[in-house]
Amino acid sequence: MTKSPVWLSERVQWIGALDPDMRSFDIILKTPNGTTYNAYAVRGSDGVAVVDTVKAECADQFFERLEAVARYDEIKVIILNHLEPDHTGALPELMRRAPQAKLYISQSAQLMIKALLNQQDVEFTSVGTGDTISLGDRTLKFLHTPYLHWPDTQCTYLEEECILFSGDVFGCHFCDERLFNDKVGDFRFAFEYYYAHIMRPFREHVINALQLIEPLPINIIAPTHGPILRDKPTSYIQRYRDLSGQGLQSEVNADEKTLLIFYISAYGSTTQMARMIRDGAEQVAGVRASLYDMEGGDSDLFVDLVEDADGILIGSPTINGDAVKPAWDLVSSFAKINVKGKLAGAFGSFGWSGEAVRMLEDRMRGLKMRLPLDGVRIKLIPSLDELEQCRKYGQEAGEHLMGVNAPRVIDMATLLASRKELIN
Amino acid sequence: MPKYNITFADIKTTVAVPRGTRIVEVAEKIGASIPFGCKENDCGDCMVDVLEGAANLSVPSPLEIDLLKQKFAKPNNRLACQAMVLGDVTVKPA
Repeated sequence: MTKSPVWLSERVQWIGALDPDMRSFDIILKTPNGTTYNAYAVRGSDGVAVVDTVKAECADQFFERLEAVARYDEIKVIILNHLEPDHTGALPELMRRAPQAKLYISQSAQLMIKALLNQQDVEFTSVGTGDTISLGDRTLKFLHTPYLHWPDTQCTYLEEECILFSGDVFGCHFCDERLFNDKVGDFRFAFEYYYAHIMRPFREHVINALQLIEPLPINIIAPTHGPILRDKPTSYIQRYRDLSGQGLQSEVNADEKTLLIFYISAYGSTTQMARMIRDGAEQVAGVRASLYDMEGGDSDLFVDLVEDADGILIGSPTINGDAVKPAWDLVSSFAKINVKGKLAGAFGSFGWSGEAVRMLEDRMRGLKMRLPLDGVRIKLIPSLDELEQCRKYGQEAGEHLMGVNAPRVIDMATLLASRKELIN
Repeated sequence: MPKYNITFADIKTTVAVPRGTRIVEVAEKIGASIPFGCKENDCGDCMVDVLEGAANLSVPSPLEIDLLKQKFAKPNNRLACQAMVLGDVTVKPA
């Protein structure tokens, strides 16, 4: 493997590192082709900028390439588009070798940089959308694109060459020393997979970032992982636009909200509850409630529905003191999307102890969903009164979803008492 | 111990809480739409607008003041994980 830098343009060189043997990334991603940590050097008439670094274990490659491009005393600025250690591992050593270089990070990275370097007196400049730095005849402009996929992330745009240093956005784990998208092997699956696992949970932020990126003339997208996108770069921006949008057009009107009721039932009691809850919710104007039997589907399909839904209720019986596996599978799939702030609730029938409902509620509360109501738990077969309780629960959930619930006053002591059920 | 009312305006819910209760302790239990992250004055996710009774919350610590500044907070913003209820107050997510 040659450790030479690679030219992107007359003034820009790739000085990153190849990591072909990596097989899983951040625990959650499989990487059959390994990955690259892309870093770049930009030369202006007035000095050199280094954009991002590499993982600590790959620092030797990075410094070797960097040294072929510039002397350390020429480095005027270091730009960090993302502080995750796979891009900042070589930073402390770079700061030691180029002590005059000024550090530029996003506004949201200020606390992180101190924790990353374990140093309270780090000198840096925090920048936001529209801020620029001049390298003489080259200008770097910043775009504040938070949560892609960390709070600190930003993109940097080299105006004169129309190159977007996009950080992890438009990246993928695919190592191929041919580097450019028109030279490497077929990496489309890696691009899609990366979006699905890294960017999808932050869909709203992707859309905000696209609004900043789409108006820019783009010759090359230079991400921090995977191929450099110089052939039809805007098609990758369009792909993000498509992936962050909805699939089929939604048939739900703007003044309506959706409530998905997932349930699973051993003897039909939790099914009866689910139907009554649906009927109750449907009584509230604007609620579009629908039922899904988890026994007949799987969480990979359901999670797409949940992403677009306004509220989610999950019905599970209690078996051996726990909610059943399909219910937990569904809840664990929520990590792939953003469920923060969605209305949620749980319900279920049980034989003798009935822990499932409170356990599901606690988990969904932990996922930062909004649970305004204690879910209904019913021992064995629901009586008529208990079915009425389900209908009322559905109606109240619908009212909370639409924001038309009656004002209520609660005493803290009551709240604490209702949570004790779980502990006892 | 005296109790005071904290009202979550967006979900029209009032809770009578013992003096000194942190907003976070109540908000999650009643499903208020205040987002939470770390709950320890680090992420700033739980910022609220104090609509009424700002003087009835505990005085912000120097650390909370630092974080509010970094998050470009407005004068009526507080962190729900830090502010303690010392009198009647009304909040909504920032």
